[in-house]
Amino acid sequence: MSDASMLNVRGLNAWYDESHVLHGMDFEVREGECVTLLGRNGAGKSTTLKAIMGLVPKRAGSVMFRGRELIAARPDVAGRAGIGFCPEDRGIFAGLSVEENLMLPPVVAPGGMSVADIHTLFPNLAERAKSAGTKLSGGEQQMLAIARILRTGAKLLLLDEPTEGLAPVIVQQIGRMIGEIKRRGFTVLLVEQNFHFASRMADRHYLVEHGQVVDMIPNHELPTRADSLHRRLGI
Amino acid sequence: MMMIFGKPAPLLFGQLLLGIINGSFYAMLSLGLAIIFGLLRVINFAHGALFMVGAFVTWGLLHYLGIDYWVALFAAPLIVGAFGLLLERGLIRFTYKLDILYGLLLTFGLALVLEGLFTNGFGSSGVSYNGPDILSGTLDLGFMFLPVYRGFVIVAAALVCFAVWFTIERTRLGALLRAATENPSLVQAFGVNVPRLVALTFAGGVALAGFAGVLAAPLYSVNPNMGSDLINTVFAVVVIGGMGSIGGAILTGFGLGVIQGFTEVFYPPASSVVVFAVMAIVLLARPAGLFGKAA
Repeated sequence: MSDASMLNVRGLNAWYDESHVLHGMDFEVREGECVTLLGRNGAGKSTTLKAIMGLVPKRAGSVMFRGRELIAARPDVAGRAGIGFCPEDRGIFAGLSVEENLMLPPVVAPGGMSVADIHTLFPNLAERAKSAGTKLSGGEQQMLAIARILRTGAKLLLLDEPTEGLAPVIVQQIGRMIGEIKRRGFTVLLVEQNFHFASRMADRHYLVEHGQVVDMIPNHELPTRADSLHRRLGI
Repeated sequence: MMMIFGKPAPLLFGQLLLGIINGSFYAMLSLGLAIIFGLLRVINFAHGALFMVGAFVTWGLLHYLGIDYWVALFAAPLIVGAFGLLLERGLIRFTYKLDILYGLLLTFGLALVLEGLFTNGFGSSGVSYNGPDILSGTLDLGFMFLPVYRGFVIVAAALVCFAVWFTIERTRLGALLRAATENPSLVQAFGVNVPRLVALTFAGGVALAGFAGVLAAPLYSVNPNMGSDLINTVFAVVVIGGMGSIGGAILTGFGLGVIQGFTEVFYPPASSVVVFAVMAIVLLARPAGLFGKAA
């Protein structure tokens, strides 16, 4: 793992209309790392991902991605810069087939996974290429949502609760997938409520409370700090 | 003379032809409206006026510049589309964050302004435009006589409708449009310049109206109200077909043209209201329209 900071977020504030959701988030993600944002419902984890992409009505602070300031950039500029976004609702388009969903995001840089590789990793997506995207099961939709940003050459993937609402066997499958993604050199910023899942995936964890990072925990310290974390996460 | 349902066959076929011609215009215009509404959520009341502008541009190209019909067939939609691009960038885009009524009111105002300007310039009776010589004359089909230009309009409209349907349903650009219709911010996060896509979609939609205007120029009198005469029916077509449905707009356009044509034969007084009667029935039975998906 290199020490180069791929994503450096400093003092990130975000607002929805009048409500102030992020109050100065500070964290970084290094190249090749898998980092999670842990926290209770409503702590601001999903909003952090949206604020990085520029998908909130108002934000301030600094979002440096590979040395480039994105705080004033439109969402398509962040996408073009090489950040792949997988939203919490998965964002599968009902009016598009599975194949069209997969091929939709434009290629933003060389080095993305080939469609053949993606189909090897997700055989279901090849079998059901012609079905409507939303006819897939929840787990398949999640895989499609991740698969389509692997194709584009994006180097940093923002995954918002990929295991939410999925059966344990599917969660395991998603876990293997993220492991494979890491082996292929992608950098991942993961929002997770599933503490157990997060602990198997990530190198480091940031604990988020009330729109701020309150603690950083390397994964190897997790066992010794599990009790206090469970208390703080309310699980 | 051959009779069908107690009516002379030539009359019936004549009305069928007229119905398909009208249906061609309904289809082309409602197609543009449906595309624009789908992506921009703007009910473009200026659509009829832009159709009229297309017809006047066709006339103007010939009258002032000596540019003939065949060039106008491509040039007029481009000019109207470019004008649409200016309207979208200069005015309409400021209504996206507001209630849907603001876009409707703005485009309604634009329609009145355009019609007023052309009435000032050319009078309300308008000008006349002769189609290309090669398309004059009639064709004997055996059971009826078909004016060649009318046949050309039907074929051209059908081809354009198919091309638009194909682009939207079968190409990558179409997939982007459909996706942006559902979830524009996610499409933008993927790296697509959605504001530009929206502007070009508006331009493309009104270019279709411009194209319909070229086809209409030799057929109807080119006058400032030719669009508003048509647009009420076209809005009914869009509602019947289902807002935002491309295939639905095309089929409903042609279908209602034909229904209107036959009503003219069997009960002429009803011909101007039949479309709205159909609309009322469809809205009662299927509020989302024949081809629309329930929201």
